[in-house]
Amino acid sequence: MSIAKPKISRPNLPRNTQGLTRRDYEGGMSTLCAGCGHDSITAAIVQACFELSLPPQSVAKLSGIGCSSKTTAYFVSGAHGFNSVHGRMPAIAAGASAANRSLHYIGVSGDGDSLSIGLGQLGHAIRRNVDMLYLLENNGVYGLTKGQFSASAELGSQSKKGEKNDHEPIDPVLLALSIGATFVARSFSGDKDQLVPLLKAGLMHRGFALIDILSPCVTFNDHEGSTKSYAYVREHLHTPVAADYIETRGEIQVDYQPGEAVTVDMHDGHQVVLKKLDHDYDPTDRARALAYVQEHIARGEHVTGLIYLGEGRRNFHERHQTPEQPLNSLPYDKLCPGSERLGSIIKRYR
Amino acid sequence: MLEVNRPMSGINDFVVKFANVNGTGSASANGLIMKTVFRMGVPVVGKNFFPSNIQGLPTWYEIRVTGEGWSARSGRVDVMVAMNSETYVRDLKEVSPGGYLIHDSSWAHPVLLSREDVTVMGVPLSELCAENFEGARARILMKNIMYAGVIAALFDLDLEVMRSLLTESYARKPALVEANMKAIQLGYDYAKANFQTPLPMRVEPLGRTAGHFVMDGNTAAALGCLYAGATVGAWYPITPSTSLMDAFKSFCMKHRVDPETGQRNFLIIQAEDELAAIGAVIGAAWNGARSFTPTSGPGISLMNEFIGLAYYAEIPTVLFDVQRVGPSTGMPTRTQQCDLLSCAYASHGDTRHVLLFPANPEEAFYLSVQAFDLAERLQTPVFVLLDLDIGMNDWMVPDLKWDDAYRPDRGKVLDAETIQKIEKFHRYLDVDGDGIPWRTVPGTGEKGAYFTRGSGHNRFGAYTEDSVEYQDVVDRLVRKFRTAAALVPKAIIKGDGATAGIVSLGSCDGAVQEALAVLAKQGIRLDYLRVRGFPFGEEVEEFLASHEQLFVVEQNRDAQLKSLLTLETAVEKRKLHSILHYSGLPVSSSFIVDGINRAMSKGEAA
Repeated sequence: MSIAKPKISRPNLPRNTQGLTRRDYEGGMSTLCAGCGHDSITAAIVQACFELSLPPQSVAKLSGIGCSSKTTAYFVSGAHGFNSVHGRMPAIAAGASAANRSLHYIGVSGDGDSLSIGLGQLGHAIRRNVDMLYLLENNGVYGLTKGQFSASAELGSQSKKGEKNDHEPIDPVLLALSIGATFVARSFSGDKDQLVPLLKAGLMHRGFALIDILSPCVTFNDHEGSTKSYAYVREHLHTPVAADYIETRGEIQVDYQPGEAVTVDMHDGHQVVLKKLDHDYDPTDRARALAYVQEHIARGEHVTGLIYLGEGRRNFHERHQTPEQPLNSLPYDKLCPGSERLGSIIKRYR
Repeated sequence: MLEVNRPMSGINDFVVKFANVNGTGSASANGLIMKTVFRMGVPVVGKNFFPSNIQGLPTWYEIRVTGEGWSARSGRVDVMVAMNSETYVRDLKEVSPGGYLIHDSSWAHPVLLSREDVTVMGVPLSELCAENFEGARARILMKNIMYAGVIAALFDLDLEVMRSLLTESYARKPALVEANMKAIQLGYDYAKANFQTPLPMRVEPLGRTAGHFVMDGNTAAALGCLYAGATVGAWYPITPSTSLMDAFKSFCMKHRVDPETGQRNFLIIQAEDELAAIGAVIGAAWNGARSFTPTSGPGISLMNEFIGLAYYAEIPTVLFDVQRVGPSTGMPTRTQQCDLLSCAYASHGDTRHVLLFPANPEEAFYLSVQAFDLAERLQTPVFVLLDLDIGMNDWMVPDLKWDDAYRPDRGKVLDAETIQKIEKFHRYLDVDGDGIPWRTVPGTGEKGAYFTRGSGHNRFGAYTEDSVEYQDVVDRLVRKFRTAAALVPKAIIKGDGATAGIVSLGSCDGAVQEALAVLAKQGIRLDYLRVRGFPFGEEVEEFLASHEQLFVVEQNRDAQLKSLLTLETAVEKRKLHSILHYSGLPVSSSFIVDGINRAMSKGEAA
């Protein structure tokens, strides 16, 4: 359900380079449960789009089915949105991107949508390196059908009814790292300071950017015994690097002491500055990132922050050698060979 | 005129069938023979009956030489080239009385001598190959090309035509031309020295193939996609549709690559499965690109959920279903028209879809262009129902014409400028009374932004669980479907007021046309309606109403066209009599003639 949110514009609200206020990036009123982690993520998306000064129409919002998938209606109302079928948003995204490479695609999914029915499609979107920001709003539980464990629920985690989960989880971060994702992050819906820069960097990343966002379900998975509750997640976060996204409109100054900060150039000319909180961590080393996350999982900790960033792999359009001009706007005379060529084509079949 | 049980006359009117082992290069030899007949100006039909396998299983190729220009199988075999000892018994059985059988006589095959009404001709192909060629693989390949020489001698085929065809095929490997010609000459000389040549059945140059070319329907449909301006294709490989995307890619590599930059004005996604393929097509179409997916029955089954989304969210989508034998995996390399109902009503809930039924590669080209226009005009999925017979067999096709004035009908899309001017955009309003709303493409303006969803929505595009608002939208979709009935290609009607008629579709057409001529000779006059689109137009209703008895000819077990007619028109069920062919081989004219004769003798028709 989406309820229109009244637009109240106050003259003193800060404006971005598009001349828009933060309110201009909001969407319909959320109908999720009060306190739902997903709503905090929605607020962070609004903030990130505002700060990046994205023209609303340059954004396309895509989702599948589930609580998380409903949230695409709650931000950037000036953008087209597509709430598709369960677990298959990545295919819609690949097709949409094929048709128009110039838009910013924000896919919002959940652990039910992405890690069960949609696991194959998520994997193949990573493999194609589709240019999009993919948010996995992860609460370990099926909310809309009232509390079944999802594939991301930890072994032994307890449901609201007291049942113990009997299966090991599928961790989207480990999955993405192991099959070659070029941007892998994890965050927490309650940590907006960390989340907003990650969203900005993910939006500007040229390729597939996955952010797994721990987002507690206040109704079905926020009790004692759950490993995805607000309390548990807050106590078990571990952040090796702090990321900031820097727009290099002018000269960029890196203030960090050498050895403490790593600067990664992105394809759009901007930079991500990573401040090391853990001296041994290198977010550009895939194998070490994978091992690091696994070690912390063994300790019951969620590693958050920008876990891996590699700008080297060709993205979807580079692989397909498409022109800069979106395919959906190519003039017909560039597409149709015409009658004379038809004659010569069929001549080869005589 | 061909009579089903006529004695062999022969000139430019006979069927030769090749029984081979697949993976032995026989396709090249058989294609060469067919093309030689075609180049000699004699209309020809080629049908390939092949296994779902790469090497080692039986495969057959049937060439019908038909000076009259019929396009179906006749149902007889005058000459059998039996190259597969595993299938000798059945191959011999299939030869029509008075026919011939050619085999490799390097070894004795007493089993082949069991019929007195068949002339058996042995050629020591293996021995000749062993004497003249080096290497095991070359000997296998040359054995097949060698029988092309035997056939040339028996049917009076022009060796120079064969040579020029080989020269074209092996333009970059002239040595292969000589090796192949050597094999052909060996076979030719052996036949000349040992048999009375040519046979009574033979080819005489005719000049009736001018203005025609030879192409399979998948290639023709791919050409249609190219000319329609499709830019995004997504697919998952599946027999018998695979060659459609292969052809599209190869046409695009020749005609869609910018010569200066090398950039490609197309994007083909080889998806992880059919679910993703149709999803990508929907995503691209939502985003304003002409997009399509080729698949077959199993793929349609997998795509069902997404098809319902495209129907309800009103997204132009083009699907090619190159039908094969079901149910389940069925027989992937055999033909049927068995997905009519599963396409017409694909997906859960109340859904009905637009279907197009090309009869041959020529129509596959034109109707695939039209499919894109219809999908965008109607904002709905459009299915082009091909089948393996049309899609993968080589057909003689009249030269395709292209009108350079053609521009794609992109349907009701508001452009950026109009979006700026309008006060408010509502996605699902029936502004024009035809059931078709206006749409906007992402990226063209904030005021045109809307939310696409498969969940309940009202005419403004907003989510709803309100009964009245829900019904308002699905009732409009019914009006849109009525609009579609007037836009799909009209049925082809042939006749002059007979009381009985044939109703058929798609690849049955050639066999029906010939059956009508045969029946007319027998004094049975029938009218003919060939449906080319669904929903059915007025002309279909009129034809059904104005005929007392209707033979519905189709290639499936369950009379799916008959069901569709019963469900979707006012026709009385008692008028409809099914002639059903579902062996997996393309229907022959004699099957239809026999079926109608049988039905009439039972008093089932006027």
